[in-house]
Amino acid sequence: MIPSNGNGSSIPHWEPRIIAFCCNYCAYAAADLAGSKRMQYPANVRIIHSPCTGKIEMEHILEAFEKGIDGILVAGCLEGGCHFLEGNLRARKRTDRIREILDKIGVGGQRLKMVNLSAAMAPTFVERVQEIVEAVRALGPSPLHSSHQTESVGEP
Amino acid sequence: MIVASPKPITELKNLIARHGKVLFVGCGTCVTVCLAGGEREVGIASYAIRMARKIEGQPLELTQIAIERQCENEFIKDLAEPASKADAIVSFGCGAGVQAIAERFPSKPVYPGLNTHFLGILEEQAVWTEKCLGCGDCMLAQFGGICPVTRCAKRMLNGPCGGSTEKQCEVDADRPCAWQIVFTRLKAIGQLDRLDDVVPPKDWSTAWHAGARKIVRPEHQV
Repeated sequence: MIPSNGNGSSIPHWEPRIIAFCCNYCAYAAADLAGSKRMQYPANVRIIHSPCTGKIEMEHILEAFEKGIDGILVAGCLEGGCHFLEGNLRARKRTDRIREILDKIGVGGQRLKMVNLSAAMAPTFVERVQEIVEAVRALGPSPLHSSHQTESVGEP
Repeated sequence: MIVASPKPITELKNLIARHGKVLFVGCGTCVTVCLAGGEREVGIASYAIRMARKIEGQPLELTQIAIERQCENEFIKDLAEPASKADAIVSFGCGAGVQAIAERFPSKPVYPGLNTHFLGILEEQAVWTEKCLGCGDCMLAQFGGICPVTRCAKRMLNGPCGGSTEKQCEVDADRPCAWQIVFTRLKAIGQLDRLDDVVPPKDWSTAWHAGARKIVRPEHQV
């Protein structure tokens, strides 16, 4: 099936493009561990290394959506386990707010997800990545998807 | 400071639905401090509105700028050039800022990006409370620096009303009883005797009720 972008037009050869903002102290280490253990996860995800999910500003996420990204995963430490005490709790409030905005403007809040995990939870990281890729695949391309973003996700 | 909050994105989008080139103007004073209309908040609103319009197939040419103060012509004049290129302006200032910009650019539609609420203070991160009505006849000296005109739900000048419970107002249990605070404060500064005075009815002629007010101070006029 050729996915639709919600505006009636269809985009051939579409693969979801997803950004994962990963906290240095947990999700990034978990992704690294997943790599060390040779665990496979979809190549649709591009990881952005963040010092803490609390450092991820609303503008960073909104700009990525404006540029046509199909989904965003914000991966922070387990609640209570933030290296900076409450950066992940702040990130959750911000992602909740952005989800509201995305729903109102027609992008869809389901395209943004926040998860909590520890540095040792490589299998969980892989599962969460698989989940968001499948969720976004089911949603179809972002309504802000433009034709120049249809290149293969495997390219550097 | 003046406390405001952003208008819902959907309302903002509808306000400018008829325009193709819009200038978003933030204000660097009160509304920046209350996280409603500063450079960052204008940026967030811009992302949202641009995306919404693109999805609707009506892309918006949007310019963002933040000036130091929207309520002074001295700063508004910096908007002359970007305003000349826009079909409409959205002011993320308080109500005074919106009107100051509208006066400065009489031929441009100017819309408010915020809802302006009150004069207040920051209680904790992202929590503001109202402290002053701007009644024009300050009575804070009599009440230990606590304003019952603003903070008492019944505006009692000879309180308390007797309805408070556990130091909280009977009108809103989340709000502390202003008269409890007045008492505590006067006791702390050794001026409880002020409560013996019967305060006469307030002169409201200095307040807003007869319409917008004007202050002229000749000593500072040039």
